[in-house]
Amino acid sequence: MKQNLSTKLLRQPYIVWSVLFILAPLAMVCYYAFTDKSGAFSLNSISQIPSYLSVFGKSILYGAVATVICFFLSYPFAYALSKAKLSAQKTMVMLVMLPMWMNFLIRTYSWMTILGRSGLLNKFLSLFGVESIKFLGTPGAVILGMVYNFLPYMILPIYSVLSKLDNSLIEAAKDLGCNRLQVFKRVVFPLSLPGILSGVTMVFVPCVSTFYITQKLGNGQIMLIGDIIEMQFQQANNYNLGAALSLVLMVLILICIGVMNRFGSSEENGGALYI
Amino acid sequence: MKKAMAILFSVLFAFSFASCAKSDETADVEYFSDEQKQYYASLGLQGTTVNVYNWGEYISDGSEGSMDVVAEFERLTGARVNYTNYESNENMYSKLSGGGVSYDVIVPSDYMIERLVSEGMLLELDFENIPNYKYIVDDAKGLYYDKDNKYSVCYNVGTTVLIYNTMLVREEPDSWDILWDEDYKDLVLMFNNSRDSFAIAQALLGQDFNTTNPDDWKEAAKLLAKQKEAVSPRYVMDEVFDLMESGEYALAAYYAGDYELMVENNPNLAFCFPKEGVNYFYDALCIPKCTQNKKGAEAFINFMQEPEVALANAEYIYYASPNSEVIANDDYSLKGSEAVYPSVKPNSQYFRNLDEKILGLQSELWVNIIQGREIK
Repeated sequence: MKQNLSTKLLRQPYIVWSVLFILAPLAMVCYYAFTDKSGAFSLNSISQIPSYLSVFGKSILYGAVATVICFFLSYPFAYALSKAKLSAQKTMVMLVMLPMWMNFLIRTYSWMTILGRSGLLNKFLSLFGVESIKFLGTPGAVILGMVYNFLPYMILPIYSVLSKLDNSLIEAAKDLGCNRLQVFKRVVFPLSLPGILSGVTMVFVPCVSTFYITQKLGNGQIMLIGDIIEMQFQQANNYNLGAALSLVLMVLILICIGVMNRFGSSEENGGALYI
Repeated sequence: MKKAMAILFSVLFAFSFASCAKSDETADVEYFSDEQKQYYASLGLQGTTVNVYNWGEYISDGSEGSMDVVAEFERLTGARVNYTNYESNENMYSKLSGGGVSYDVIVPSDYMIERLVSEGMLLELDFENIPNYKYIVDDAKGLYYDKDNKYSVCYNVGTTVLIYNTMLVREEPDSWDILWDEDYKDLVLMFNNSRDSFAIAQALLGQDFNTTNPDDWKEAAKLLAKQKEAVSPRYVMDEVFDLMESGEYALAAYYAGDYELMVENNPNLAFCFPKEGVNYFYDALCIPKCTQNKKGAEAFINFMQEPEVALANAEYIYYASPNSEVIANDDYSLKGSEAVYPSVKPNSQYFRNLDEKILGLQSELWVNIIQGREIK
């Protein structure tokens, strides 16, 4: 009984925290989404959503592309990292984290000076007689910004799962006649799925909702849903439409993650069956 | 590893030291007379806080030997100033109307003052406490946004202009339509701010900037969409400085005062007031209803119009000052600047407050323009 009480007490701050900073804001988003300026119930904002569907689609596409690129960059790196010497691992993990010590906005802004028309990259290329290329304002620049900014969020969870992988399982697989590819396909990869899933979530969600990266690296010429939501709050002062768009975005992200988890868990079962 | 940390810390340490040293330097210049010092000391503001909510880069801040206006105000009055920034009128309005904030001095533009007044969000000023109002020129009093001079003290006056790089633009433009010229594809900078961008299209179409006819706005949006297709302009705000100064871009629409700042770093830049007309705007100091220190706010507004302070601000911001002492000062570096103080007033229009419906339409159209979608 006593222990129960203390665990209950321990839980209190977290409950207060989640009510204040998760549930209350969510309730406010819902409230604004389903009311009009005067505060009366209205479906007006929700009914405007269809005209933004293509933007939602585009945002999810950009987010998906960035996530896939992040995954293919991160997995081999995290795998190699988990096999490296312990001291090397520590240094490398620190190097992965190092850019995160600097503010996200500054890191993104500095890409503008690298990719600009007379930026560092074009200056370098001009040494070889290449004419200046337009990087900023292209989808490639925006996706580059996303990959660059969120790559650590993919590397770290995959690395942490892989580094805790029980080596005896791999040895057992080898003993039972698996070649290296099969070991990877049937043992390592399925066991690293939880890390992949959390990496994918942590990259995909901020990519879909970002607005700063598109503003700066997209020359203001590319608009994703994050930009439109930001505009509703900051420029148009239309909280209701902004909230409605946010709500739909949250639902869409939830669906995407749900689908992903489903796909993930069935894979895992498949993996378990093989073992 | 340890070594790396040691180096890092020593660098950080050096930086913090450098910044300390810098802030020490500024205090030794005395700008004010004993009379002024006495006046501000006698206001009884010691220990109070004044929350000032201003545009970014819109006050002389002590950099490069200029006056640190906020620090001087704190020194003279003994009040503490809590100085914060916003980047657009709409941004400021959102914060203010959202409630739960307390600001004492804000600096909205003309149309936003009109809106704030109509929504009862501003307090009437007590001009007894703002004796320096006498320095404000008559041109900046009794304007459309505050006809009876009750709510605002004009801070800056400005216009939009067309800025061009003479190395890249051979002709001498006199019209906004050069921003639609395909010869300058990828070399054009537009406002990343729907209202200012729309105003350019509206000027070309000969519309009223404040038209309440939705079809006019759609017409203007179509013109902007056409521009996006023809020259694919880059939509920017503050980045305009870097991009025009480096000579990367040929043409930009921006504010006249900022042209003067840019031309200092790139003498190849020139400007014109397009014949179709520009936007003429006023920014003014106001006190919002949520103030908790009206006395302090009025003292701050008064202080901003002290001739010394107004001059320092004018030299820093480069917009036209409505303060007669500044305009008459022979040492003022912008004296005679055609961009900031045009001898012939350019063809221009004011922004007025637009109703919610038009604002909604405007932002919807703007999204469509940027998305490259067809305007219906």
